[in-house]
Amino acid sequence: MNKAIEVKGLSHYFGPSRVIDNISFAVEEGNIFGLLGPSGAGKTTLINILTGQLRAAEGESRIFGIESRHMTGKDYKQLGIMMDNFGLYERMSCYNNLRFYQMLDGNQNKNIEAVLKSVGLLDAKKTRVMNLSKGMTNRLAFARAVLRKPRILFLDEPTSGLDPATVEEIHKMIFAEKDRGTTIFLTTHNMYEAEKLCDKIALLNEGKIVEYGSPADICRRYNHQRKINIHLKNGQDVVLEHKKESGEQIKEYWDGDKVETIHSTEPSLETIFMELTGRIFDI
Amino acid sequence: MIVHIWAILWKQLKDTLKNKTILIQFIMFPCMTVIMETAINIQGMPEHFFANLFAVMYIGMAPLTSIAAIIAEEKEKNTLRVLQMCNVSALEYLIGNAIYIVLVCLMGSFVIGAAGGYQGISLFYFMMIMFFGHFTSFLVGATIGVLSRNQMTATSVTVPVMIILAFLPMLSMFNETIGKFSKYIFSEQLYLLVNNLDRIRVGTDTAVILICNVVVIAAAFVVSYRKMFIRK
Ligand SMILES: Nc1ncnc2c1ncn2[C@@H]1O[C@H](COP(=O)(O)OP(=O)(O)OP(=O)(O)O)[C@@H](O)[C@H]1O
Ligand SMILES: [Mg+2]
Repeated sequence: MNKAIEVKGLSHYFGPSRVIDNISFAVEEGNIFGLLGPSGAGKTTLINILTGQLRAAEGESRIFGIESRHMTGKDYKQLGIMMDNFGLYERMSCYNNLRFYQMLDGNQNKNIEAVLKSVGLLDAKKTRVMNLSKGMTNRLAFARAVLRKPRILFLDEPTSGLDPATVEEIHKMIFAEKDRGTTIFLTTHNMYEAEKLCDKIALLNEGKIVEYGSPADICRRYNHQRKINIHLKNGQDVVLEHKKESGEQIKEYWDGDKVETIHSTEPSLETIFMELTGRIFDI
Repeated sequence: MIVHIWAILWKQLKDTLKNKTILIQFIMFPCMTVIMETAINIQGMPEHFFANLFAVMYIGMAPLTSIAAIIAEEKEKNTLRVLQMCNVSALEYLIGNAIYIVLVCLMGSFVIGAAGGYQGISLFYFMMIMFFGHFTSFLVGATIGVLSRNQMTATSVTVPVMIILAFLPMLSMFNETIGKFSKYIFSEQLYLLVNNLDRIRVGTDTAVILICNVVVIAAAFVVSYRKMFIRK
């Protein structure tokens, strides 16, 4: 597999504080990679470094083998970027925002309407950006990122603050891009989203990667703390260890017809990450 | 290069015509000239009085405030970064904007000149002076825009600069002390020039002052415009 992104020993400081702390990882071409982390973890900063908008103090990052800081116009054309603050022209219509972007690329292929249609904004093509709802603005920013048919897509919190239906729409669009063979690098604070979308995830906390792997791998790794929760009909909750002796106890409850519900608590990404960061994520 | 400049021009045409604050800057003085020149006719008032006065105010205000506001807004809304990711250089960006703003202001200046009764060769001289003035004022505004962090700081800097450029020539008519200082400002010199269009002659002190102004402004601009995009 080709490496789409390679990061080695990357560090960055804002003043005295170390926002990115000696990070190394790689993303394979065609994968969806999720960078998770609480607010202020350094996710946006990392995207800025990878996309050459910010020069890292130490270490190196490469996109398709090219140093981020040395990227030129030709290399940029392989990148689609949706930043957390969008960068759209508010007084211009959806269509004209995309048209301008295409003109800058010197691109004459007129696929704007098709792209607008794919994000469900064809009816709003003449609407000014300032009059769009939050979800529509997100989708337009996404549309602009995919307009140049990038080889790699950077999405900074593509679904934050959206209702579940719109989130679902955006997830579909992300999968459609993946099917096209695009590598996707996204950030989120939403564990459910990461579990659903990503082939690999990394948890960033205070500038360090504290976990890395596929969602299933990570959950398996933290299985040691698996417990069984039993809720009894008399309202009592019993927590049992996941081992042989517990079986007899469960049987006892069961035979006595005392069991209301019974769950095995596999750790979700969320509980793992809460344990690792000591912070609560919002979903 | 041409593609980028053209795209910027196209964008400004779509965007600024919907931006009321900037639109007002472009049309306020031409409209005022037309109104004043037709409505007011006091005996003994110098010829072209309102046209000349408003022409210099137009120079001091329109290009300066519009480009400063445009750049500051692009920074604030993060569209400038998007341009950078499309490999637009600071120079391409500014050339595109300069063409747009100076052209629009020249159209306004033509209205001012025509309303003021200039014709033929004097209208031509008038337009040349206006072109020089708008371009210099654009450079001042671009420098301010590049150096300010957001629209708030841009406005707080453009207002005093604008007052100096636009109002000092007028105030110096009434106060000699102000005149002593204001004669070193390019807009005052341009005001003196438009007031003597019929026997136009650029004296050495005028030329020296204008050149010094342009050199200082251009230097400040060159030093600052490299900071327009985030350094990698
Ligand atoms: N330009 C800057 N100057 C100084 N500090 C900065 C700058 N940009 C970011 N920081 C700091 O760096 C840290 C990481 O910021 P960053 O925006 O990368 O976080 P994030 O993970 O994207 O957070 P969020 O989930 O809220 O978007 C924060 O503590 C922030 O205050
Ligand atoms: Mg962020």
